[in-house]
Amino acid sequence: MRRLTPYLLALPGWLWLAIFLVVPMAAMASVSLQTGNAYDGYAMTFSFSNYADAIGRYSTQMVRSILYGGLATAAMLVIGYPVAYWIAFKGGTRKSVYLFLLLLPFFVSFVLRTIAWNFLLSDNGILFGTLKGWGLLPADFHVLATTLAVVGGLTYNFLPFMILPIYVSLERVDPRIVEAAQDLYATRAAAFRRVVLPLSLPGVFAGVLMTFVPATADPLNAQILGGTGNTMIGNIIQTEYLTNLDYPTASALSFTLMAVLLVGIFAYARALGTENVLEAAAR
Amino acid sequence: MAELNAIELEDVVKEYVTHGEVVQAVKGVTLDIAEGEFFSLLGPSGCGKTTTMRMIAGFEPPTKGLVRLHGQDVTNVPPNKRDVNMVFQSYALFPHMSVWDNVAFGLKQRRTPQEEIRRRVGEMLEIVDLTGRERRRPREMSGGQQQRVALARALVNRPRALLLDEPLGALDLKLRQAMQIELKRIQREVGITFVYVTHDQNEALTMSDRIAVMNDGLVEQLAGPREVYERPATAFVAGFIGTSNLLAGAAKGGVLEIGGGRVLVPGRDGNVTVTVRPEKIVIGTEEPGPDLSAVRGTVAEVAYLGTYNSYAVSLADKAEITVFQQNANDATVTAERGDSVWLSWQAQHSYVMES
Repeated sequence: MRRLTPYLLALPGWLWLAIFLVVPMAAMASVSLQTGNAYDGYAMTFSFSNYADAIGRYSTQMVRSILYGGLATAAMLVIGYPVAYWIAFKGGTRKSVYLFLLLLPFFVSFVLRTIAWNFLLSDNGILFGTLKGWGLLPADFHVLATTLAVVGGLTYNFLPFMILPIYVSLERVDPRIVEAAQDLYATRAAAFRRVVLPLSLPGVFAGVLMTFVPATADPLNAQILGGTGNTMIGNIIQTEYLTNLDYPTASALSFTLMAVLLVGIFAYARALGTENVLEAAAR
Repeated sequence: MAELNAIELEDVVKEYVTHGEVVQAVKGVTLDIAEGEFFSLLGPSGCGKTTTMRMIAGFEPPTKGLVRLHGQDVTNVPPNKRDVNMVFQSYALFPHMSVWDNVAFGLKQRRTPQEEIRRRVGEMLEIVDLTGRERRRPREMSGGQQQRVALARALVNRPRALLLDEPLGALDLKLRQAMQIELKRIQREVGITFVYVTHDQNEALTMSDRIAVMNDGLVEQLAGPREVYERPATAFVAGFIGTSNLLAGAAKGGVLEIGGGRVLVPGRDGNVTVTVRPEKIVIGTEEPGPDLSAVRGTVAEVAYLGTYNSYAVSLADKAEITVFQQNANDATVTAERGDSVWLSWQAQHSYVMES
């Protein structure tokens, strides 16, 4: 009995996983192999061709999603790393203030924030309209409904999820270790490259994971900022489920997206050296 | 040609601003540290010893004054361009690198040829007795082993001077004593100047050629261990190093009348403070001869401490004197609590300061 105690204590966790992860996933997997229509209902036929059909029809959006997700993640890394570095090493006693400011936008709903960008970026809106009125921008200048608008929106919306894990890993770097590197003839740049950067990789890994996955799957930014030419896979899945009521296609697309993301993550972990990443994260 | 000093500090001052107030951590320190010397900066925490060392390493620019390494002014040279290496208090090993990569770091930064790196790192690991553990990570090692990695990582670069910031602070007593001997051996073997920061007087006395005793941002005394112990220059040094008895009063004609007895202070008149080490004092029941300093008191406390007994003796004027008596021939206690005793010592063991 005593040996079973730890497992029993973990039971609520296992139940949670079973009820809220395994059961819905199994249901979706089953739906993805059914055929039929919205009026007569769907029946299980083990129709693996659902996958081929869905991927064939929506490969453009799938590739576009991964591209946009990747671009946004890269942009977040470029913007987020220096911010995290600055807060961790130069924030002094105001660190928590800066972190709070970083999270402040989250007190406004995701949808509202994105709509605010639509408002700001609209062709003749408060910003561009004024600038065009002053003749500072050409009359046909626009940002809305472009790749830039969607990638920019994704970058803006998920940036804190990149900054926070990187900040946490940088915060744990003992400044004396950096001094030791400089004492051993490393320039500031070399000390960063050989010591600070490797020690912050677990944070970078977590940050990329926490931003790339939701950014790739996000339907909202493409819907609000992307116009018609920038549809992402999230929009397709949403439409198939809610408008077309084509549950098998939507489920098949969801699973395909998940598979693609998982493969991408494992490839990325390998490239970074999972062993190092997990080892460093365990400290 | 006169030999250049390894390190010279010339009237070095370090000021910090905290909460809008200027605080002087180091208030004007001048030191010459000779080539190959084992030099200690000794003092209580907050005395400025670590700040002084960090100015030698280049981590803190001095507010005023000059730092010279081998005659060259390096006051404004960054740490990576200074030919000194530091062993940090917490070791500050690179946690993501193996022992080998930690030790090879400095040589790689200096673009040393691969072959030479391999040879020198191998040799150094042998000196610190870590051969066979090259692939370990720092956190897989004991405190003593990490300590030796830190030492090897600094020494492998053959710096002009090695700076050690309380390197043995985190080790237990047995290991610390072993490492003290080990450090001395390594210093003799490599012949590099060691600058050693510590608050542990025993460590400083055991290992150093010379000691700078620091207090409140200033050097109180700069001398060899024997001199610092036997002839403390100030009351602070006398109190900080070892146990001392301080007797103060007005001397007349070379004699200080105190505690129902007399302390011989040849040639002195006026207010003086006399320092006597506890182990120089003889405890007895007979009144000693007139050629000795002698005071009368009552034994207030007796403690048996293995190799010696410690007595606390109260004098008539309430001053308390500590006496150590070696347990050389027999372990019998010669005085009990409440006994009336005479304490005596030779005039040469009184160290007299003007006060």
